[in-house]
Amino acid sequence: MAKKKRRNPFIPKGDPQSWFARGEPLLWFNASGVTLSLLLVGALLYLLTANGLAHFWPKPLYSLSVAATGTDGSENESEPTKRLYVERVRTEVSTHATGEQRSTLFRRGNRDRGDGEFVWVNDENVVSLSRPAELVRVLREAWGPAYGELQSLETPRGTVALSPDADQALYEALDRIDAVRSKMAALENGTIRKLNREAQRLYQRERAIGGDAPLAEELGKEQARLSAAFTGAQRDMLEMAQSIEPYWLTLRVDSGELWRLPLASVLAVQHPNSMSYVEKLESWALQLWAFLSTAPRESNTEGGVFPAIVGTVVMVLLMSVIVAPFGVLAAIYLHEYAKQDWKTRLIRIGVNNLAGVPSIVYGVFGLGFLVYVVGGELDKLFYSDALPSPTFGAPGLLWASITLALLTLPVVIVATEEGLARIPQSLRDGSLALGATRFETLWRIIVPIATPAMMTGVILAIARAAGEVAPLMLVGVVKLAPALPIDSHYPYLHLDQKFMHLGYHVFDVGFQSANIEAARPLVYATALLLVVLTIGLNLFAVLLRNHLREKYKAL
Amino acid sequence: MSAELSLKPRHLLPAKANKRTGMNVSVDGLSLYYDRHTKALDDVSLRIKRQQVTAFIGPSGCGKSTLLRCFNRMNDQIEGCRIEGRIRMDKMDIYHPRVDVSLLRRRVGMVFQKPNPFPMSVYENVAYGLRIGGLRRRRELDEVVERSLRAAALWDEVKDRLNENALALSGGQQQRLVIARTIAVEPDVLLLDEPASSLDPISTLKIEELIYELKSRYTIIIVTHNMQQAARVSDMTAFMYQGRVIEFDTADRLFTNPKEKQTEDYITGRYG
Repeated sequence: MAKKKRRNPFIPKGDPQSWFARGEPLLWFNASGVTLSLLLVGALLYLLTANGLAHFWPKPLYSLSVAATGTDGSENESEPTKRLYVERVRTEVSTHATGEQRSTLFRRGNRDRGDGEFVWVNDENVVSLSRPAELVRVLREAWGPAYGELQSLETPRGTVALSPDADQALYEALDRIDAVRSKMAALENGTIRKLNREAQRLYQRERAIGGDAPLAEELGKEQARLSAAFTGAQRDMLEMAQSIEPYWLTLRVDSGELWRLPLASVLAVQHPNSMSYVEKLESWALQLWAFLSTAPRESNTEGGVFPAIVGTVVMVLLMSVIVAPFGVLAAIYLHEYAKQDWKTRLIRIGVNNLAGVPSIVYGVFGLGFLVYVVGGELDKLFYSDALPSPTFGAPGLLWASITLALLTLPVVIVATEEGLARIPQSLRDGSLALGATRFETLWRIIVPIATPAMMTGVILAIARAAGEVAPLMLVGVVKLAPALPIDSHYPYLHLDQKFMHLGYHVFDVGFQSANIEAARPLVYATALLLVVLTIGLNLFAVLLRNHLREKYKAL
Repeated sequence: MSAELSLKPRHLLPAKANKRTGMNVSVDGLSLYYDRHTKALDDVSLRIKRQQVTAFIGPSGCGKSTLLRCFNRMNDQIEGCRIEGRIRMDKMDIYHPRVDVSLLRRRVGMVFQKPNPFPMSVYENVAYGLRIGGLRRRRELDEVVERSLRAAALWDEVKDRLNENALALSGGQQQRLVIARTIAVEPDVLLLDEPASSLDPISTLKIEELIYELKSRYTIIIVTHNMQQAARVSDMTAFMYQGRVIEFDTADRLFTNPKEKQTEDYITGRYG
């Protein structure tokens, strides 16, 4: 007799569970949310990296022949085509009634020749496009790049003809000029700045002593010594500047004319069309390094961002140093000492809501209270001999840091409180039962264990502060600060100085500069740098935290 | 008459552990309120003798842990907690207003239900109480740490890993470490709050042996859920129910011949 097979009761009789009941839609929604976020982050980083880093790559130069058309579209009979030496920027497609039209933006360089630095060319009008090996790009301190063919070089010893094969003399001259230029910079940043400071101090002392005759005489001697030193330094500067003056570079530009450029303002000469890949890479690295290590020129549309990097880092570090102790102390009081009643809860709600106040409001507070009231009082108390010119009564590094510290305080307090709440009561009991006081327990047990949580708070604070721009514009960040806020002169960290900031630099270069096309790649490069810097600062704090967390990982 | 608890300055620790002889503890009419309506202890009176193990047994919520925490004033931590009556150790009132609670707790050590070593090295765990007490000299610290770990029967297991994190020890080792940490500060009274309830049978046995060995130098008060354990380790046993001590007698008599009906019901397993 055939035994009836028993049905497995765990296999459903009818259709399997519907995909909805299994939670598939939710899973898919979640997964697509994550994917979308990752894609957006990836796209952001790609856009910044591609546009930012490509700017320093020596792009090819073209000799472009364009059919010259008038504004009405008719052929210009006298000059059928026009030759341009250009670099390609980008192509845009526009749709008209007559169909699609592609036009390309080319950079002609040679801004100071007044022919227009950028030119849009309708693709239909391009007659020919070639990459002659002899074209060079001359990078200059001012007026942007110059494009042309090398013609000749004037030196104090005579004129040398230059050709693509015989340009050794040019590079030698450039090296010599470079050496003189760095000597001049050292003199200006070192000796002359020091003399300036001394002169300022002397002036203040003079005002302070009033009518004291012997002292005044001594000061007079001091003044004479200073002015002699100053004249000497100026003479040295002048001599050096004169020593590089007689160097001139002659280029043949696209119109065929010859153009004499002072070699003293030339930074580098590139042959992008005949460079090997390794040479290009080398040039790219050099230009990137120059971007990172030099000050901006040409109202921020050229040159580097070094002062902005230093300003951002110093400001963020100063902010961390201010916010960490205050936030941690406040959190410890709120969590460990304050009676947990409605007043404490009200304070906690207040703190949490401070995190939501728009940052520009903090900027206004910083300017109105910190700068004018606190700074003004400080000036009256300690810097009265410098008045009416303000010392701390004007926007500066200290006030910017304090404003941002205020802005990020809630983040640190909340994170620290959460860390304190996670510590089991049994550890506190164990310590108290050994005869430790509340303070000893806090100091020896609770605070060390909660350190990683405090670090998390500081990390979040740094992440927020490094990207903040709006309040900084009011309390200390400027478009161009000639001196770094940190240097080798006493007191080393200049809390009263205004400084540059990468976030503001992005805004300034992108929206406030006169030469948008020239500045555009720098916006990407600076934005990329800001992202990298923020990640770097965060990473530093995360590593520090992980190092600490290692000790308490079993908790 | 309550004499003020007179204790030596915190930095002076006794040179030899075996000078400790424990203290007699007397509880008179002790009542404890967590707030105005919740009475956790109701008119408790006990005489606890030195060099004996006294066990508190009773069903959950009967107040035995609360009573235990009165001896080192851990209940002070709880807001709104109020007591009436008096606890005296060798005639000194421990709730006298001028008593410094941390001095009291150095003389009345406590081990908790769950092992709670600090997240630091084995050595630093044992040295913690000593450092708090102001002992700084490395040699003395080394000596006391070794003596305490030996007393807690842990020395042989950890002597090569004194600098390792205490959280890496097993549960039983952690609990013995906590006991070592507690006896390192030379208390007179040891309060054990279900010290073996989260441990395996072998670790439990070790803890029980340890209690037996430590008995000669301390007053040991233990709270336990486990009646066999109470019968094994204790000299005196108190049965508590609903905040009151129902019966307090030698362990032998209480477990073999209880006077009260409630005690008998509990130890024969009829409730609790």
